[in-house]
Amino acid sequence: MIDYVEFSRLIRLKALDMCHKKRTSHIGGAFSVADILAVLYGGFLNVDPDAPCDPERDRVFYSKGHACTALYAALGIRGFFNDADLLTDFTRDGSYFTSHVNHRVPGVELSTGSLGHALGVACGCAVALQEQKRSNLVVTILSDGELDEGSNWEAILFAAHHRLDNLVAIVDYNKIQSFGAVEDIMNLEPLADKFRSFNWEVEQVDGHNHVSVQSALARFRSSHSRRPKCLIAHTVKGKGVDFMEGRLAWHYQSPSDDEYRRARMQLELFNA
Amino acid sequence: MRNTFINTLCDLANEHEDVFLLCGDLGYSVLEPFADRFPNRFLNVGIAEQNMTLVASGLAREGYNVFTYSIGNFPTLRCMEQIRYDVCYHDANVKVVAVGAGYAYGPQGVSHHTTEDIAMMRALPKMKVCVPADPQEAKAAAAFMVSHRGPGYVRLNKSGEPRLHELLRPSQFRPGRFIKVRDGNDTLVLTTGAIVHSIAKEMSSTFPGWALWTSPFVGDYDPITLIELGQSFNRIVTVEEHQLNGGFGSSLIEALSDLYAEGKLHRMPFVQRLAIPNVFVSTSGTQDYLRDAAGLTLASLAI
Repeated sequence: MIDYVEFSRLIRLKALDMCHKKRTSHIGGAFSVADILAVLYGGFLNVDPDAPCDPERDRVFYSKGHACTALYAALGIRGFFNDADLLTDFTRDGSYFTSHVNHRVPGVELSTGSLGHALGVACGCAVALQEQKRSNLVVTILSDGELDEGSNWEAILFAAHHRLDNLVAIVDYNKIQSFGAVEDIMNLEPLADKFRSFNWEVEQVDGHNHVSVQSALARFRSSHSRRPKCLIAHTVKGKGVDFMEGRLAWHYQSPSDDEYRRARMQLELFNA
Repeated sequence: MRNTFINTLCDLANEHEDVFLLCGDLGYSVLEPFADRFPNRFLNVGIAEQNMTLVASGLAREGYNVFTYSIGNFPTLRCMEQIRYDVCYHDANVKVVAVGAGYAYGPQGVSHHTTEDIAMMRALPKMKVCVPADPQEAKAAAAFMVSHRGPGYVRLNKSGEPRLHELLRPSQFRPGRFIKVRDGNDTLVLTTGAIVHSIAKEMSSTFPGWALWTSPFVGDYDPITLIELGQSFNRIVTVEEHQLNGGFGSSLIEALSDLYAEGKLHRMPFVQRLAIPNVFVSTSGTQDYLRDAAGLTLASLAI
């Protein structure tokens, strides 16, 4: 088991390096999901960096492909590829490390970047695994904004109707979407009630509390309720750097040299 | 041909245990034999074509050979981006099957007129586009798609098409190849899909000396076949129940022009395209009526 606090700190530092060096966007959403990824790849998931296509692995479909830096960082740190090259390779001409996740990268199951795709694919995968009597978990990580996409609601109906209790959807509910606050653009509330009324099993946690995330996921893995599971992870966009937290600008902005130094200092001091 | 395709798929699914059929709540009195025989490999996903395509991609990645089925524009244009990204980019073993090509559902209005699908599907990398003309081609299409690994599209008419060919060998029925219906000189009429029947009828009375071939696939043409075709005929008339822009005729002209530009074809044949002139037909009408209204007859050619 990896130390979740240290792992999530490393994910954020790596994502910060990538966004700064390559002038890319979406650091806010990478920081909001970092703790969730630390739990998943830090021990919860049954995945093997040396056998990324092992049929016995848990499947992960990362729907918020724009927050690629956090996933690449997590996979790199876990050894799915040579972590030392990531900073150079990220968005380099001719590299597979595009700034929306790419399934050409070892450990990435599905390319995403267009929203509202992964949950439906996860449903198909979950049907197949049930049919083949496999016990692997199918996990998908969604952003809050992408729940505007109708395709997700088609999949939410489908998952419940087919009783896909091997499916876990984690919503990184950081409350800010592309052009403003979720509650102002397209209100999702009451989100937990929506999923419950669609016959999903729902838990809500502080998405930055590793123990809470880990315990909820563990309960989901052992529950055979014949219902799909939704973990609503309440998070903060830009979590970990005070001047990024809760600010829309960090959906787009890449840190200046000064901002990079300040952010790095905060992340290095955090829990040091 | 719709029933022939599904019944063939049903027979093949018996031997090929990876065949999985999804439908978007359509297929009454057509899909029941498959659903009854293979209940564990059939799902009606409801009226949700985006999700149908995504589920297909998810099943395919776990080893299934997945067919999605619905009417015309619904399993195609309605979920175009899912086909592009989750099926084609991931090279998923998913075959999209649309029933009701062109004006097959004529009286039902523009929602049911499938007149841009070939252009859309053939634009996608890796997509094999198949447009059967008769029950024999539909049968061969089912066999081809069951054996093909990767994205595919099958554009079916509906029902009642007479038999055009004798039994087709698999070697005859593959992308890039054409199938001879009858020999002729000087002018070749090259058709795709079920429109061939009305064209054949018209030809026997009006242009008995012309050749008639079908092209059961759109795209991926075999260069040698095209070069021979360019040498053998002075004129080619393409016919399709689809709009002009981006359709079968376009695909053939592109391929011929590329060969000509590369110096492999010494003379560019004279190609005339019979297709729907990039319009929506808002009136009701039978398939025959709407074909005539759209000018899909040899008589409408400026000869």
